[in-house]
Amino acid sequence: MVRILVCVKQAIDVSQLKVDSATRRLILADAPKKISDFDKNAVEEAVHIKEKLGGEVFTVTVSPEDAKTTLREALAMGADKAYIISDPIFENSDTLATSYTLAEAVKKIGTFDIIFCGEASIDSFSAQIGPRLAERLGVPVITYARKVSLEGDAVTVERGLEDCSETVKAKMPVLITVTKEINEPRTPSYMAIMNAFKKEVVIWKAADLNITSEKVGETGSAVRVLDVLAPKVEREKIVIKGETAMEVAEKLAKALIQEGIITR
Amino acid sequence: MSKHLGVWAYSESSELLFELIGKGRELASKLQTQLTAIVLGHNVTEHAKELIGYGAHKVIVVDDPQLKEFHVETYLSALIPLSKQHKPELFLIGSTKRGKELAARLAARLSLGCVPDCLELEVDEQGRLLARRIVYGGNAIVTQVFRTEPQIVTVPRGKFEKPNYTEESKGEVVNITDIQIETPKTEVVEVKPVSMAETRIEEAEVVVGGGRGLEKKEDSKILEELAAILGGQVGYTRPLAEDRKWFTEWVGLSGHTIKPKLYIACGISGVIQHVAGIRDSNTIVAINKDPEAPIFEMADYIVIGDLYEIVPALSAALKKVLGVGKD
Ligand SMILES: Cc1cc2nc3c(=O)[nH]c(=O)nc-3n(C[C@H](O)[C@H](O)[C@H](O)COP(=O)(O)OP(=O)(O)OC[C@H]3O[C@@H](n4cnc5c(N)ncnc54)[C@H](O)[C@@H]3O)c2cc1C
Ligand SMILES: Nc1ncnc2c1ncn2[C@@H]1O[C@H](COP(=O)(O)O)[C@@H](O)[C@H]1O
Repeated sequence: MVRILVCVKQAIDVSQLKVDSATRRLILADAPKKISDFDKNAVEEAVHIKEKLGGEVFTVTVSPEDAKTTLREALAMGADKAYIISDPIFENSDTLATSYTLAEAVKKIGTFDIIFCGEASIDSFSAQIGPRLAERLGVPVITYARKVSLEGDAVTVERGLEDCSETVKAKMPVLITVTKEINEPRTPSYMAIMNAFKKEVVIWKAADLNITSEKVGETGSAVRVLDVLAPKVEREKIVIKGETAMEVAEKLAKALIQEGIITR
Repeated sequence: MSKHLGVWAYSESSELLFELIGKGRELASKLQTQLTAIVLGHNVTEHAKELIGYGAHKVIVVDDPQLKEFHVETYLSALIPLSKQHKPELFLIGSTKRGKELAARLAARLSLGCVPDCLELEVDEQGRLLARRIVYGGNAIVTQVFRTEPQIVTVPRGKFEKPNYTEESKGEVVNITDIQIETPKTEVVEVKPVSMAETRIEEAEVVVGGGRGLEKKEDSKILEELAAILGGQVGYTRPLAEDRKWFTEWVGLSGHTIKPKLYIACGISGVIQHVAGIRDSNTIVAINKDPEAPIFEMADYIVIGDLYEIVPALSAALKKVLGVGKD
């Protein structure tokens, strides 16, 4: 029986995000949201372990309450119970503050053998929350996992680094951050989706965790955002045309050489 | 609280550390302070001296047999007391996967902020550090300031210039010996090196990029040929590495960030996460058979066509004018 917790972020679906080209500001107000990609891999891995060894899989998310719809997906994939930690005071939290909120939530939810996080979230892509949460909980952390196996009270994890792959062993409890390579998240069946509606979703406010505003939100954050702007794109956009591939290629080669981009 | 002073630089990758020293020197002079490089390892005195040659005013060395191989926990147990004792105002850490975890955990342990993967670091008129990074999958760049010190940032490879080495540079090497290295809770049982490109893609002046427009792994030969003619390298999109398992590295938000003089994107759609890694290229050529491909929004030269026809033709045309690779 393994008890597993998956930290799931409801992220902005960055592939559908629109930019106001005049102001270079993002149109975030009604941008679609979804479970952050790698967090789905984390849910899949947790459910996979549960199916093999028996146990329970919980998910936790710090998010506005609208996360309920998104999180049904994790429940449909096989998680047993979801916790949403939601309060206006959490708005504008940085990773220091969010990891604090998450850690307080985890402590209240219970003890776990494994806590899974994604390698990074698709919208902030900071890869910070996993390691920070582990530090706050005082458990070992193994990042960038692409294979996880359990034996007795230990996990063996293969992690992918730039120049090598490392096999790391640790005693549970342990926090593991997973990469996209670890598995292929399942698509829940219709039955599984219907079943998900029967599963429990617990919603906690800051006060339920005894969290006060000085440790979260803007006041509790160590990093402040001054500005968020779409990058300037200034490209020539010269279309090279021709009757044949060779003609196109020759024109392109000539242009690149004339402009000094390719030197002889 | 006593004042925090000095800029620090650390990376387990020495090439990246050189770049951090270069940028760190610039920031230190703006902040009117000094740059200290941190060296952790075993038998690393020579390396420490080398860093002075690259511009470090000072090098702090923790030399311990337990630090022979990088292990995030042992390395943390050295960095935490060092940071507490010496109180730098800014700490630049190399943004490798190891470095990012190290920075996140150091920041957590000291209750600090951390801005990972900075592509720009600047000191404003008020003397504040402005840290810029990509967010929303490449849709935006955020500018952030710190409210805690040391300000911890991580910096990826290839963002800043490697400084020149000068034999005459003077600086101080300080050995710290009173640090207790902790025994790690995780054990590395095996390390398998993955084959890496001989020269790093960040250093290539020309990069030919291949995406899912390539049908077979063997077809990457045509891109390699073009790259060879231009004295460049080939890079790929993430799906070719991850989904198809053809390669182990890729260019983009979650892979290498490059800024070559010339990037030639072949059969790449231009999804935001890939674009995030090539945005700083001087000139971008895009070859794609779909006239609506988003990569064309990013391109200086647009070729609507089949890469299987255009790329070999381009190689042939370039060979003719450049007079290379006669066959
Ligand atoms: C969190 C996250 C991080 C990511 N990080 C990265 C990253 O770092 N790097 C990265 O690359 N991706 C990354 N991705 C994936 C990214 O979203 C895209 O899926 C990927 O970049 C698309 O790769 P592609 O352009 O090769 O494939 P596709 O999008 O499938 O595009 C293929 C293109 O080839 C064209 N084509 C096909 N045949 C031909 C032909 N014969 N001649 C010419 N053109 C042809 C098609 O018209 C099409 O435009 C990430 C995704 C996520 C969610
Ligand atoms: N608000 C959140 N609620 C729950 N989990 C989160 C939250 N933010 C981040 N995480 C977890 O931390 C991982 C890394 O996020 P990040 O540090 O934002 O890149 C994600 O993949 C999630 O597993």
